[in-house]
Amino acid sequence: MRRKTKFSVNPKYVLIGFFIICIILIFISFRYTEKVQPVKTVVSDFFTPMQNGINSVGSWITDKTEMITTMKKLQDENNELKEKLDTISNENKMLQLDKYELDSLRELYELDQKYTEYPKVAARIISKEPGNWYYQFTIDKGTNDGFSAGMNVMAGDGLVGIIVECNHNNSVVRSIIDDRSNVTGMILKTSDICNVRGNLELIDDGRIEIEDLDKSSKAKDGYEVVTSNYSPRYLPGILIGYIEDITVDPSNLTKSGYLVPAVNFDKLDTVLVITQVMEENY
Amino acid sequence: MVRVLVTAILIMISFLLQTTAFKMLALADVVPNLLLIVTAAAGYMRGRVEALLVGFTCGLLVDCMYGDVIGLYALLFLTVGYLSGYAHMIYFKDDYTLPIFLIGASDLLYNIFYYIISFLLRNRLNFLFYLRRIILPELVYTLLVALVFYKLLHSINGLLERFEQREG
Repeated sequence: MRRKTKFSVNPKYVLIGFFIICIILIFISFRYTEKVQPVKTVVSDFFTPMQNGINSVGSWITDKTEMITTMKKLQDENNELKEKLDTISNENKMLQLDKYELDSLRELYELDQKYTEYPKVAARIISKEPGNWYYQFTIDKGTNDGFSAGMNVMAGDGLVGIIVECNHNNSVVRSIIDDRSNVTGMILKTSDICNVRGNLELIDDGRIEIEDLDKSSKAKDGYEVVTSNYSPRYLPGILIGYIEDITVDPSNLTKSGYLVPAVNFDKLDTVLVITQVMEENY
Repeated sequence: MVRVLVTAILIMISFLLQTTAFKMLALADVVPNLLLIVTAAAGYMRGRVEALLVGFTCGLLVDCMYGDVIGLYALLFLTVGYLSGYAHMIYFKDDYTLPIFLIGASDLLYNIFYYIISFLLRNRLNFLFYLRRIILPELVYTLLVALVFYKLLHSINGLLERFEQREG
């Protein structure tokens, strides 16, 4: 057989050799992040179209099955929503009246509406990272569509995460519920600064952590937390979620608690990418 | 040559399925680790060196697409591949139970390594929680998938071997 005639090495040396290769690779990519980016780009350029294809077939199937199973539920929900819509449209009118007033007052104060209008582009989620430890996913648009690393990602009116890596035709998004994620938040009503941290242990409760909140803060459950003005990576004023179970820390200096994200990460399918990047100040 | 090509295609397909299709079929929020099945199966059927190479390729692929640094997943996968390669010494063609155990053990080992590298070092100490929430569900799901997937890999390996014999 051909195999037998092949030059053979002790597997141990192969192992050691590849170990060294890996460690060198880790070192290089850690030290010179921008140098290895082209390699990553080439690989993802190759795989993204395929993932895109499989994904569109897959989501078509899930769509169809879901449609059949949830028909009845949808009808009930529809009726309920119709009722809700009436009340809400009524409320909306009142709010619109308020808005006119607000606009005119703002004009008087010459404040620009910087919290409300960021330019956004929609993108589809095409794949999730292969492990189960983190919550990173890829979306189907990249530098070709004007995206770049550091752009904030939203869904509905809540913050989803941030683009950590941008290739030609896809971008990797790290969500705020990812265990490595850290966002500087601000409690809207009291203007207290806090840190919002993803935690895998809380993911089943649909919550993440809030920490480093000042002890004197008057924050209560249900208060809204938005991204703060101080964050170097997140644009200010994007809704993150709502506070729950605030308690004073054992150190008696700070408070911490939980936050319910405004976005439902289970059903995430399309996201909005804010095409404005926070200026790096340093 | 044919073997290299077939293995590369297998790795690609597993990777694509794992990141897209199985995301929609996730049970208890976990996805089975197909790449690990390929690696461990290569170890059982082909021995240490080949499993090491397969693992290295799988890991590098994951690194390039999703990793923060290149080489970390590669290191994990190749270690698991190498260790499972020891089982090649007791390889028996028609045994379908042993490789399933092997795949299970590999998955367990892989996830414990991964926990240590990327969670324990960040002061996430509640190991039991992670065991219950991620490691065990993934183990069960991976085993279920492996029951079918291993047979497929095994028959592909059989075909390749017959082909190589005819060529050689």
